[in-house]
Amino acid sequence: MAKRLAVVDVDRCVGCMSCMFACARRLGQGGLAGSCITVHSAGGMRKGFVVVVCRACPDPPCARVCPTGALALREGGGVRLEPDLCSGCQTCVEACPFGAVLWEAAQGKPQICVYCGFCARYCLYDVIALEEIEGGAV
Amino acid sequence: MSRADPLSRVLYVDLSRRRFEVIERPDLFEEGLGGTGVGIRLLEEECSPGTDPLGPGNPVVLAVGPLVGHFPLASKTVAMFKSPHTGNLGESHAGGRSAVAIRMAGYGAIVLRGESATPVYLAIDGDAVHFRDASALWGLRSTYTVGAVLRERETGSGYRSILRIGRAGERGVTYAAVVVDTYRHFGRLGLGAVFGAKRLKGIVVSGRLALPVSDRAAYARTYDEVFRAATDSPLMRKYHELGTSMNVLPLNEVGALPTRNLKEARFEGAEAISGERFAETLLGRRLACAHCPVACIHLAALRTPHPSEPYFYKTSMLGYDYEPTYALGSLLGVADPAGVLRLNDEVEVQVLDAISTGVVLSWATEALERGLVSTKETNGLALAWGDWSTYIQAVERVVAQPTDFYRALARGARQAASIFGGEEFALALGGNEIAGYHTGPAYALTMLGGARHSHLDSAGYAVDQKAAASGKALVPEEVAAALLDEERWRQVLSSLVVCFFSRGVYTPEKVVRALSSVGIQRTPEDLARLGAETLARKHAFKAREGFDPAALRVPSRILETPTPLGRIDPGFLSQALAQFQ
Repeated sequence: MAKRLAVVDVDRCVGCMSCMFACARRLGQGGLAGSCITVHSAGGMRKGFVVVVCRACPDPPCARVCPTGALALREGGGVRLEPDLCSGCQTCVEACPFGAVLWEAAQGKPQICVYCGFCARYCLYDVIALEEIEGGAV
Repeated sequence: MSRADPLSRVLYVDLSRRRFEVIERPDLFEEGLGGTGVGIRLLEEECSPGTDPLGPGNPVVLAVGPLVGHFPLASKTVAMFKSPHTGNLGESHAGGRSAVAIRMAGYGAIVLRGESATPVYLAIDGDAVHFRDASALWGLRSTYTVGAVLRERETGSGYRSILRIGRAGERGVTYAAVVVDTYRHFGRLGLGAVFGAKRLKGIVVSGRLALPVSDRAAYARTYDEVFRAATDSPLMRKYHELGTSMNVLPLNEVGALPTRNLKEARFEGAEAISGERFAETLLGRRLACAHCPVACIHLAALRTPHPSEPYFYKTSMLGYDYEPTYALGSLLGVADPAGVLRLNDEVEVQVLDAISTGVVLSWATEALERGLVSTKETNGLALAWGDWSTYIQAVERVVAQPTDFYRALARGARQAASIFGGEEFALALGGNEIAGYHTGPAYALTMLGGARHSHLDSAGYAVDQKAAASGKALVPEEVAAALLDEERWRQVLSSLVVCFFSRGVYTPEKVVRALSSVGIQRTPEDLARLGAETLARKHAFKAREGFDPAALRVPSRILETPTPLGRIDPGFLSQALAQFQ
């Protein structure tokens, strides 16, 4: 069954960015350029955090607007990036209402979550988790 | 270090001419590693002998280190400057998102030179550096508003850090702080006043770089070891659960919690302002510095009735920690948790060093009590132990400085006492107001002999507490040696800019492996040499600027109020201090 990353309890987020760094580390690098997750304050840290992850939509707007078919639909929800097809137009970035499609300026390609769950292993507060998508519906 | 790593890039900003340039300084980072090691070298280069701390010649150096963005708990930015509070070495460390943001913007250090003719803030987004007009922000009552404005006007949400000063810094209070991301601070030694003198209201810095590693497998393995060690230990768990306020009860229990200007060292209200009580009744959120899974920052959700509108309450999220709880709680006799929080909130609004503010007000209260000053000098305020609402008004006046008395308070406890008397109970050592550990002679020695007169220089309270537990008598020469060893190693930690709370995690062996995985080869001996050399450079800077260890004075109050190890013997202190020279 397909899996996706879910934000299960945003109130417990402490803003440590461990998930963001984990996502970049998955590519064998430090820093944040490679991260597909964004954690930002909800208008100042006193108000807590917003955790932006790809929710693996069943009918993803990013794929719908892609003029070159570089975002292939994944079985069960979400998309898979075919980098060779991507023309670098950034339309997908605009299309995602959550802002979950980030832009890798160095490569000129979008950064698309691969639903591996590596980030969740470093979330000590159970804010995010990899979960199964039941029956493909969300 | 890999050639692709931007660590050795130094951003030089000239506030007078509104220009900037980036210079590659591999020499600096090769020798000093980062943080304190690089900071002291840049300070030597930038700060001429005898520089006026509030003049354009005083530089501000902000330095991070090689592990930032690579490893957890490498989360501190080291600020180096000449302190307007002591007139000597200024060094202050802050967390929040500052270190990661500076590193991700592509810099190992930022040097601020000169002074702006009009109020300005800096917006640094990667390679772009903007000088933005801050004249409308100058004089705003609350730094929360300043933070909100900068958040709205600048980009980089999620990848940025926002540093700013309050009115205390604008008006030159010598212990004004710089607040970072609302809840962390460059607290000590007056960096806020230096920003203010430069008419620099704040800095927004952001970026989102990738950092190269040289050995992927070793990097991943070492990362996991550090991550696990940092989060599995019971101590780190406690930092998360209770925060630094976990210290209130144990210190009170042994009689080491300075109370009412250290007339006593036990506080009857300790239970009410303890970390346990705050966690049970007020805790509303925990926060972390960037790349720190521990999350030791604690916010209280304080619900207060509106003064005029019925049925209307406002809920404020107010940070609390051990030091402000001591300085604005027990030291001032405030046992009402809401009072401690609201007083600390005023300190945050004005952006002052909470420790110095508490000690200054505590001296003022006793000076009034003893008749050294009257309510004429205090501008009508009848300062009294426990009366936090009057203390809130006093904080505002320390910043506004309506009279000679408040102008003196704005220069610190020692300076105020030198004018109005009461030096014997002005709780400063080495010119800096004391933190909350009346544990014994080793702590006093840390404050006296530490290069920045900070409790964190060598944590003498740990030496005292060990002696109290073992019953073994302290020997001056041994204590001095232990403190100097500790201070030398802490130069390494602050050059790596790892949080001192993680000193048990970042052992020399682990530091060597972490550095190696990102392409920096150092042996434990190299690290030890770096620590010794960095401390020696700081001592040399201080000597150059006129620091005279023989002129150090200990207020008699500190000697008279018994510690858990009994009264501190001044002979012990001078014998030990002789080793520091």
